[in-house]
Amino acid sequence: MKKPPVRKKPRLAVFKFASCDGCQLSLLSCEDELLAVAGAVEIANFLEASRAVVKGPYDVTLVEGSITTPHDAERILEVRAQSKFLVTIGACATAGGIQALRNFGDVKEFTSLVYARPDYISTLATSTPIASHVKVDYELRGCPVSKANLLELLSSLLHGRRPNIREHSVCLECKKRGTVCVMVAHGTPCLGPVTHDGCGAICPAFHRGCYGCFGPQETANTSSLAAAWTRMGSTGEDLTRAFRTYNASAEPFRREGDAHARPG
Amino acid sequence: MAQSGRREPAPAGDICAHRRCTLGYSFRDATLIPHLALPHPGRTAVRMNATSGHHVLPVSRLGDLFSALRSAGWNLAGPRIRDGAIVYDELETAADLPAGWTDEQAPGKYGLKKRGDGALFGYVVGPHSWKKYLFPPTVRMWSATKTADGMEVEVPQPAAPPTAFIGVRACELAAIAVQDKVFLGSGFVDPVYKARRDNIFLVAVNCGQAGGTCFCSSMNTGPKARGGFDIALTEILEDGHRFLLESGSERGERLVALLAAPAASDADRSAADAAVARAVSMMGRTMETSGVKELLQRNYEHPRWDHVAARCLACTNCTMVCPTCFCSTVEDVPNLSLDRSDHVRTWDSCFTSDFSYIHGGSVRPSVKSRYRQWMVHKLSTWHDQFASSGCVGCGRCITWCPTGIDITEEVREIRASDGANT
Repeated sequence: MKKPPVRKKPRLAVFKFASCDGCQLSLLSCEDELLAVAGAVEIANFLEASRAVVKGPYDVTLVEGSITTPHDAERILEVRAQSKFLVTIGACATAGGIQALRNFGDVKEFTSLVYARPDYISTLATSTPIASHVKVDYELRGCPVSKANLLELLSSLLHGRRPNIREHSVCLECKKRGTVCVMVAHGTPCLGPVTHDGCGAICPAFHRGCYGCFGPQETANTSSLAAAWTRMGSTGEDLTRAFRTYNASAEPFRREGDAHARPG
Repeated sequence: MAQSGRREPAPAGDICAHRRCTLGYSFRDATLIPHLALPHPGRTAVRMNATSGHHVLPVSRLGDLFSALRSAGWNLAGPRIRDGAIVYDELETAADLPAGWTDEQAPGKYGLKKRGDGALFGYVVGPHSWKKYLFPPTVRMWSATKTADGMEVEVPQPAAPPTAFIGVRACELAAIAVQDKVFLGSGFVDPVYKARRDNIFLVAVNCGQAGGTCFCSSMNTGPKARGGFDIALTEILEDGHRFLLESGSERGERLVALLAAPAASDADRSAADAAVARAVSMMGRTMETSGVKELLQRNYEHPRWDHVAARCLACTNCTMVCPTCFCSTVEDVPNLSLDRSDHVRTWDSCFTSDFSYIHGGSVRPSVKSRYRQWMVHKLSTWHDQFASSGCVGCGRCITWCPTGIDITEEVREIRASDGANT
């Protein structure tokens, strides 16, 4: 990982592309730690928090959202040029987000059905992660990102160390919490075994299967999990729906979703 | 751990004078249980060579055992139903036990079912193990705070709430013995484990049935507890619901004496033997262990490892539920103002890539190499390291594997084509 800035108070900027703003809001949700964040960095550009904008360059840039328009495809190049250390935050920025479902359909057809004047719409055929357009220094997963991960990331950048963010499955967290496995004990299909931890295993604690908000874990054996789901009675359609959500375009999930999709 | 809340003024002499007693028994407590009979926390179990006879306790009096332990200062932890499974959690009374329930287990499958009788221990082991009490999933080891001329390190006293484990199965006693070797036996004593281990009272239960993934008979660890407990119970359901009581330590014997339970009859003893024999006959799985150490070590390139890797999710569930798996990692968690950092220990697993990460990358990048590492360690190299098997035959790794990988089947398949090469 690149060495972070040496300036005493690094300049932080937050930029938004195609997204719901939820990940940026995670930064504001830090509540107790918010003052410490504000004390540790100079917030130079963060429209959710302040109208005051300080021009770049920036030491640390957090980028939320995916690239879905020709205009944004240009704008991200400018953001990259202004940023020393660029971190993408959330499923949109790291995998294309829920809007990457367009990658499996026909955008022209969608716009013709949704908009009165589709000719006013200037959009790309796909939703793609930031890393498909510019070099990204670190990717923070999740829909939305976790507050704990975000703080750990900022802390690691301030220290100039590798972030302590592990890429294992959600199962490990379930077991540490003492949650009873919903898949084994209840027969509830769960994406936990192939999903990257970060949420702290929330859904299984409420008797729900994992939805895969943090995308694929480091070694996601999706085909084996799909076989287990099938033995539990899931159909190909169920599987495609499960793998095509917030991280539909993340490679292992895309491959598995495609494998069970009906042709055409 | 000091329980200052319980302490109340009492004349000297009425408070336990035992050097390690931290409870400060008051006069009132002492009147409930004769002082010398207190099997209370802080007194290490003294193992006995032979048990001094069996006693019998009707099911209606199991509550007396619970209250005696509670009055002596022990928190009770044991099996209870939560979220469709029998887990280990805090118990208040014997009424919290899963009366009339049993579990059904198969590879990747677990479910509860009504038994049709009032058995209190009519099931086997569930998703939890006692490991969570002795080797907690996350624990702060120390913290460092910046000072004007350096830093100050604060090491917290390891928390060790006095806990009586109720319903410890023979395989679980064996697992605790394995972890004792890991955490206490190597010359490097783990303070967190030791503090907790020194403050437990073990009430074992001999299994009267076995589950679909049980194979303790193969691993020679059960289903009857042979030692390492304070008291062992055998539940007898026929001709009067009752428990056969056996003490395995001096303090266990004192507790049995306190209960004034009558001596067991020959009929009680043979009914208890029959219960254990029933468990043996029901064993859901078997593992041929002869030569397994060498078998695995000469089959590192066996094609079966690819077969298992295709199914393995590298999700870590087997290692988390395993009562002997002991791996952890440490993380430093600094605050944003960079003046304090917590050093935190947390459960880790050989199925993650971070686990074997050294400069330059992960030593075991493939899932195949991770499963092989886990299984060879558990059944083979564990013998070199700790002079025993790392597997106690509890079957948790089989039941709680979402894809139902069965360690007994993997051994069988490798043995069936010993020497095959990819």
